[in-house]
Amino acid sequence: MGPARGPDGGAALRREGHGWPVWALLTLLLLVLPLAGRSGFAITLFSQMGVMVIFAMSFNMLYGQCGMLSFGHAVYSGLGAFVAVHVLNGLIAAGGVWATPVSVLLLPLAGGLGAALFGVVFGYPTTRRAGTPFAMITLGIGELVHAAAPMLPGFFGGEGGISINRVLGAPILGITFGPGLQVYYLIAGWCLASLLAIHAFSQTPLGRIANAVRDNPERAAFIGYNVRHVRFLVLVAASFFAGIAGTLSAIHFELVTAENVSTLRSGGVLFAAVIGGAAFFFGPALGAVVFVFVATGLSDVLRAWQLWLGLFFMALVMFAPGGLAGIVHAHLQALRAGHLRVLLPFYPGVIVGVLTCGTGFVVLLEMLYHRAFEAASTPLLHFAGLDIDTAAPASWAVAVAATGIASAGFAVAIRGFARRWRMLQAPSGEEGVI
Amino acid sequence: MSLHDIAPPALQLTGVSKSFGRTVVLSNVDLDIVAGERHALIGPNGAGKSTLFDLISGRIPVSSGHVALHGQPVTGLAARRINRLGLARSFQISSVFARLSVFENVRCATLFGLGYRYSFWHRLARLRDAAERTMAVLEAIGLTARRDMPAGSLSYAEQRALEIGIVLASDPRVMLLDEPTAGMSRAESEQAVGMIRRVTAGRTLIMVEHDMDVVFGLADRVSVLVQGRLLATDGPAAIRANPAVQQAYLGLPAGRGGTVHPALSAGSSEALR
Repeated sequence: MGPARGPDGGAALRREGHGWPVWALLTLLLLVLPLAGRSGFAITLFSQMGVMVIFAMSFNMLYGQCGMLSFGHAVYSGLGAFVAVHVLNGLIAAGGVWATPVSVLLLPLAGGLGAALFGVVFGYPTTRRAGTPFAMITLGIGELVHAAAPMLPGFFGGEGGISINRVLGAPILGITFGPGLQVYYLIAGWCLASLLAIHAFSQTPLGRIANAVRDNPERAAFIGYNVRHVRFLVLVAASFFAGIAGTLSAIHFELVTAENVSTLRSGGVLFAAVIGGAAFFFGPALGAVVFVFVATGLSDVLRAWQLWLGLFFMALVMFAPGGLAGIVHAHLQALRAGHLRVLLPFYPGVIVGVLTCGTGFVVLLEMLYHRAFEAASTPLLHFAGLDIDTAAPASWAVAVAATGIASAGFAVAIRGFARRWRMLQAPSGEEGVI
Repeated sequence: MSLHDIAPPALQLTGVSKSFGRTVVLSNVDLDIVAGERHALIGPNGAGKSTLFDLISGRIPVSSGHVALHGQPVTGLAARRINRLGLARSFQISSVFARLSVFENVRCATLFGLGYRYSFWHRLARLRDAAERTMAVLEAIGLTARRDMPAGSLSYAEQRALEIGIVLASDPRVMLLDEPTAGMSRAESEQAVGMIRRVTAGRTLIMVEHDMDVVFGLADRVSVLVQGRLLATDGPAAIRANPAVQQAYLGLPAGRGGTVHPALSAGSSEALR
């Protein structure tokens, strides 16, 4: 708005947020990721990760940025997806210039706008309250929408949901969005655009006031803001990005069902955001990658993956509330402060501890799972190249003993590490303490 | 009303009362605050001082009576609307945005008044006016060196200073400060008084304060509130000598030969805690 920066303005203005190197790196990563695994399964996995990253980041606009814990965020991604598939089927019916790959390319916009519209409708009553009442209301709306699905078969498609065909019209520059790789790049592009947009939002007056409302809603009112209005606007914006994620998921699977609006989905995105670290901008993205990796990538190896993920979630909330991003951040700080050299000798013990202890518990859980669900066909559990006889008491004794020893070793290692860590974190004495 | 009429008071309370159920907390308070004055509100604990601030700033509604800000009625308005009309307040217990940096705390408070309101089409980093005002406020409250620290990790005295910085950031015409120096050491308190004097120049200040050094060092006029009633409003010296104030305030018999009771003299703030 003003003319060129004066000397004072120059001193006051600083670059804020994540700079271009972070975005360049992310772009590069998204571009070359398919080289890491060209199999159909790997591409599917990467695509699902991209969708979940957008979904978790949109969830965190509410939770991490504005302090609204939602148990019903899948309402917006799911309803956005339903709007999008109806739009797509409408475009196919219209035919001609309406039904081309460009329609598919821009479809997430329709899903996002549809979801934002539902955000306006549901956001108005939900954002009247904050804190626990807000969480309860979102849970209620989630159940309400899920329960409405069988009653409105025209919109939700009944039991089978609504299926679509993502290949429309003639290819443009060879692009049809038929092959998985093309869908991956569609998702990657929208993922990057969404992250850029969510980041830009976080660097606006509304984005910063959302943080203020999160930290201290009463004070926010005393600096002129209608706190409810702030929450409402943030919820509508978050719904928009949830709708984009939902639409991309619909394009990827060529199917949307009532499961897309379920509480299970809402819980999943909360898991991903907290595992990654809701207090950090990219935390939920990291959590989403891990979540999809475990839920989809490891679900064949770890059949009890939900239990495993639940334990991991609990452990993180209890011992590292900052999530994975919090752990990374703490280490970067330690590195900057020159503490990492002191801590280095402790790492082998901790890492070996985590691996052995983790493996022990995973094997035990898988043996339990096998006994409960698959023992009728064979008592043998194939795990990591081993055949474990889940009917023999000896294998249980070995597994329990090994896990116990590993846990004890891990406890010793982590205690030594934690003691040294706390010593380094202690205030250096230059801050006044009252 | 012509321009030749006398300007309305910065703040005018007319018959302001507040009851919680059957408990009367404030009854029939009439008070005119002249534009540009520094006004202290004193009184024993439970006299209703903070409640009066809550009524003026719109945190809670009045039971009866009227509040006017520069002649404009504000009775019954929400806190945010009163703030937009140029009245900002601080809190007795520091109430900052704990996870945001000191700089962000102050900048957030500048945004509405500068017209950025709920904007998601401006980039914060490009808002020169907001940044410059923020830096000026940080300079005034002495927290420039702390600008990047999370507000929650500041020392107590620094949080009290930031509390005032947030009030100042919206460039209010009327400032309400609720015990700005409570819990500070003598040296910190003296520093705070100097700072408050500087930043309130050209504004109207009303403050609740227990520390008599601060009251008599800063205030042009003093109001005494006892059991929800306004007992007296006068200059500091007259208040000190007022027998009714001495009697009601400290439960002493009136007429101790015109001497000032030690609790009302400077350097004896503890007696009034």
